[in-house]
Amino acid sequence: MDLLNNLAIGFGVAFTLSNLMYAFIGCLLGTLIGVLPGIGPLATIAMLLPATYALPPVAALIMLAGIYYGAQYGGSTTAILVNLPGESSSVVTVIDGYQMARNGRAGPALAAAGLGSFFAGCVGTLILAAFAAPLTELAFQFGPAEYFSLMILGLVGAVVLASGSLLKAIAMIILGLLLGMVGTDVNSGMARFTLDVLELTDGIGFIVIAMGVFGYGEIISNLSKHSSDRQVFTASVSGLLPTKQDFKDMVPAILRGTSLGSVLGILPGGGAVMAAFAAYTLEKKTKLAPHEVPFGKGNIRGVAAPEAANNAGAQTSFIPLLTLGIPPNAVMALMVGAMTIHNIQPGPQVMTSNPELFWGLIASMWIGNAMLVVLNLPLIGIWIKLLTVPYRWLFPSIVLFCAIGVFSTNNTTFDIWMVAMFGFLGYLFIKLGTEPAPLLLGFILGPMMEEYLRRALLLSRGDWSVLVTRPLSAGLLLAAVLLLVIVLLPSVSKKRETVFVED
Amino acid sequence: MRIKSQKDFFSGLMFAAVGGAFAAVSSTYTIGTGARMGPGYFPLVLGVLLAALGVLIAVRSFSSGPEDGDPVGRFAWRPLIFIISANLAFGACLGGLPSIGLQPLGLIVGIVILTFVASLASDEFNPKETLILSIVLSVFSYGAFIKLLNLQFPVWPAFLGL
Repeated sequence: MDLLNNLAIGFGVAFTLSNLMYAFIGCLLGTLIGVLPGIGPLATIAMLLPATYALPPVAALIMLAGIYYGAQYGGSTTAILVNLPGESSSVVTVIDGYQMARNGRAGPALAAAGLGSFFAGCVGTLILAAFAAPLTELAFQFGPAEYFSLMILGLVGAVVLASGSLLKAIAMIILGLLLGMVGTDVNSGMARFTLDVLELTDGIGFIVIAMGVFGYGEIISNLSKHSSDRQVFTASVSGLLPTKQDFKDMVPAILRGTSLGSVLGILPGGGAVMAAFAAYTLEKKTKLAPHEVPFGKGNIRGVAAPEAANNAGAQTSFIPLLTLGIPPNAVMALMVGAMTIHNIQPGPQVMTSNPELFWGLIASMWIGNAMLVVLNLPLIGIWIKLLTVPYRWLFPSIVLFCAIGVFSTNNTTFDIWMVAMFGFLGYLFIKLGTEPAPLLLGFILGPMMEEYLRRALLLSRGDWSVLVTRPLSAGLLLAAVLLLVIVLLPSVSKKRETVFVED
Repeated sequence: MRIKSQKDFFSGLMFAAVGGAFAAVSSTYTIGTGARMGPGYFPLVLGVLLAALGVLIAVRSFSSGPEDGDPVGRFAWRPLIFIISANLAFGACLGGLPSIGLQPLGLIVGIVILTFVASLASDEFNPKETLILSIVLSVFSYGAFIKLLNLQFPVWPAFLGL
């Protein structure tokens, strides 16, 4: 069995003392930022990227991955106890989770979220391990045309699944692609859009954009709300154990959430947030048993399913990154950055050239999930304490860590001036109701897309039909068109709006 | 004619302007042909697309939008200015400003200044608390970033010559 062999290599790597420690640090940090509202995995990973320079690549990736899926666990705690999504992927958990807490059932709600996430995490990791090899095989048949079409599909996916206006999301992607063009053109060696600023010839640092838009923009927007809106009411937790009936209700919901989340995670543009939304919508469609409370009033299925789905989605969204080298969402785009920092070119060759990294990362995810259950259930008291830390202490610390993170990337103050500008832009985006995540994805994919399009058209002597005459490429483009058509159908677009109105 | 969605109208304008600017600049670069793309080819296509989308979004904002007109709302200048300046001041402390002859003041001074300026962004500013917070953050950052992660920052003001 190849798979078992590979997993054995992976566990061998992941079970070394230092890697266990980094997995633990990642999970701990992930839970921490998941619990704290107003700071997400995106900003945290961006902040810690520079700090991972000194680490070996495996350790760095293990830690950063831990932050991402750890945040999925932590987010649910805040959602249930405080009626605030600690993480955007926990937005729907708030609806039923907080109601359960108000009815004195915070414990079972937390347990449902934790156990659901754990189960989903294990399944997601297995899927990742099982699908990685065949998908990598497929990836080796990809030429430039296929890669270009795949990126189109990915970007369309990101648009379709973004909340709010479709047109604005497309515009944000293109804006991201354009920002990615800033810097020296690899083919002609010409400096583009640099406005004669020397520092810009290397392009805009993506940490600068991530930090400015997601870190500062969010903080400014949070502070502009009145302080009473940020007040924290903490429900008390007594007794974690769900009843027998709870178990009966939540097991099928967890199974449905896990399968839905795993599929949506693999799809380009998918990931934890969309998975949670879809899972909740699905649960609402199923029939209520006579003994159950309705959704929105504290139904345990409304907690278990989306929490399982977001964790499964977080896990499987590593598949396109590790096999094709294409990030399906903004967090994965940061992981591309992390890999490039360590001189690893993301793509199908990672599995063969760095097997210990590839399988070590996968194995560490399983270990990380186990750690997280322990961190989040028995130790729940610590996180509840943390929720009482006032925001006025929190945000200066976040500003500081962002600034340190940005400065330490290149040790230049120029990056600090840039991040200030992007902080303003990030706030502007929030004010204008445009979602910034597609922008970051476009920014990462921009240079790659241009390069692949160039190569594809060079090979075909300028004939654009190469994109549709090669069967794989045509299939990918067809999928992208189908996705767009589906969301544009009046019945679906209406439903899509109602799904997102629920937050 | 009334604008039905202010947010859409202004974001449309923003996209149109930025797209137009990118397109205009790219058209000064070599465009080339499909088979031999110049540095201006891809950005020109994207810039034109973005500008067109921006116009479309702005035009549509006249016909559809939520009932309240989807106002952009007031800018929160206080947090905006203080958060951004806290960040700028920190940069100046670490890197110094050679153009006006300011030498780096180092990490610790930077942290104290950043904490105070950033805290002013909130409407519940409390000097005593902020002082304590800045000390805690200084100690933590010194331990974590300088000692543990070994980042190469100036820690103390350059004029002390430490």
